[in-house]
Amino acid sequence: MAEILYFAWVREAVGIDGETLALPATVSTVAGLLDWLAQRSPGHAAALADRSRIRVAVDQAFAGPDTPVTGAREIAIFPPVTGG
Amino acid sequence: MPAIGARLQTDEFDGAAEQAALLAGRRDLGAAVNFTGLVRADDGLVALTLEHYPAMTLGQMQAIADAAAARWPGVVGTIIHRHGRLLPGESIVLVVTAAPHRADAFAAASFLMDWLKTKAPFWKREEFADGTTRWVEARAHDDDAAARW
Repeated sequence: MAEILYFAWVREAVGIDGETLALPATVSTVAGLLDWLAQRSPGHAAALADRSRIRVAVDQAFAGPDTPVTGAREIAIFPPVTGG
Repeated sequence: MPAIGARLQTDEFDGAAEQAALLAGRRDLGAAVNFTGLVRADDGLVALTLEHYPAMTLGQMQAIADAAAARWPGVVGTIIHRHGRLLPGESIVLVVTAAPHRADAFAAASFLMDWLKTKAPFWKREEFADGTTRWVEARAHDDDAAARW
């Protein structure tokens, strides 16, 4: 099982701040995960529609589209950061 | 204790006290830089809320601090980032650095701010007088500033 976390407007668009999901074996990368998640609800689809505005951290390290997610425990999905 | 320490908090900080603590007992430091980022009341903004990724934020801030310490040996410092709802005029972020010579103190402070803006998991939501809210969009020039290091 993987804990999927959402932050900022991604959280608002999805409508929940996180969910615990069993990822299917066909989902092996960040890009594949986003494709799969986008099918879960209209909110997910809206949040993930523009991948250029989406950033991901796998087990608390920033990740790219090709980063593996197999075996990951915590995957966070969020907009580009705006702190400082 | 790391050469540059990172802290995350909701409360206001005292930049002068942080710098004094950093310099206490030191006679080898010839330069100190003290930077504070503040909430600006642009376009009728009444509050700025900093959301962050609790499990990751402080570790990432310390990794940024350690990266600066590795690039500029001899630099010491403190970085503090606030989260929660902040009002115009309040502080958001503190970067204090000190070094034997000013070039390293300035460079490390600038690097720390550029990386905090682009590599720490914070998100700003603006709140306006008419009740509307808006998430701040990331800016390309911040990415450019971070990439120059």
